[in-house]
Amino acid sequence: MSEAKAATMDSVWHGGGSPYAIGSKKFGMWLFIISDALTFSALLVAYTYVRLATPEWPKPFHFSPSIIFSSVMTFCLLSSSLTMVMAVHSMNHGNRKATVGWILATIVGGLAFVGLHLTEWLNLINNEHVTTSGNEWGVPLFGGTFFALTGLHMTHVVIGVIYLAIIAFAVARGKFKYEDVEVSGLYWHFVDLVWMFIFPLVYLMSAKI
Amino acid sequence: MSDHSEAVEHVGGTTITFSYVWIALLVMTGIEVFLAYEQLPTLIMLTALLGLSIVKAALIIAYFMHLKFEKLSLFLTLFPMLVLCIILMLIIFMPDSVRSLNMRVVQ
Repeated sequence: MSEAKAATMDSVWHGGGSPYAIGSKKFGMWLFIISDALTFSALLVAYTYVRLATPEWPKPFHFSPSIIFSSVMTFCLLSSSLTMVMAVHSMNHGNRKATVGWILATIVGGLAFVGLHLTEWLNLINNEHVTTSGNEWGVPLFGGTFFALTGLHMTHVVIGVIYLAIIAFAVARGKFKYEDVEVSGLYWHFVDLVWMFIFPLVYLMSAKI
Repeated sequence: MSDHSEAVEHVGGTTITFSYVWIALLVMTGIEVFLAYEQLPTLIMLTALLGLSIVKAALIIAYFMHLKFEKLSLFLTLFPMLVLCIILMLIIFMPDSVRSLNMRVVQ
């Protein structure tokens, strides 16, 4: 049992040193995740608002390629979450080599997601002529909300990939502890979690039947 | 501050648990994609998709993000507030979006 956990047991009502029995890095990441979740919630609420307020919201996502692409992207992110869990699990058992391997697998999943997403963006821009300020259906807000939501999420994925690369590099050199890997894992799972809402609300609700 | 030595056995799920969670997430995603092509009324579809998404989010938070194995106080500090804020956003803004649509001049 860790020191922090022991400290809370006798002194939680006396302003215990660590009331949540987790490290400050992990708690900091949790607070960041909650605030970031609110950012994404606000964007999703704004998207839903303009969608409800627009009489003819376009549904441009054909099964092929858009829905197939976004489903494969979902698969990539979910699988990269699993490999990240395995990375944290390996680090917990002190196996740094396996940890680096699993983190690299996670990075590959993230990069596959970004690559597919950019292809999907280019398809929308080149074939459907959607931009952030206009499109052929006369609903400029479609492009605005779509690129804002998915763009912010893609930014998070790219930052996550860089973050994981730094962690993998350091772990390979014998630096950083279990908690550092676990905290990076929390961030990665959060990015995955956000996609679990963007995928149905943005893609599946606009699928062309 | 907790000082994890490298080989501390940590309370949490096993590899098999995580694999089951992953499979469950994939299956739910598959159901979502299937639902997208069923000609269901928008409201039912939205409810089903959001319901599945919330279950998926809960699985990710509980198992992948390890929250199930943390102290309850951490969950109580973080999540009720988040849910309250989201509900407030919905209550405040959503009725207005429908109102503006109803006020539209029909041509």
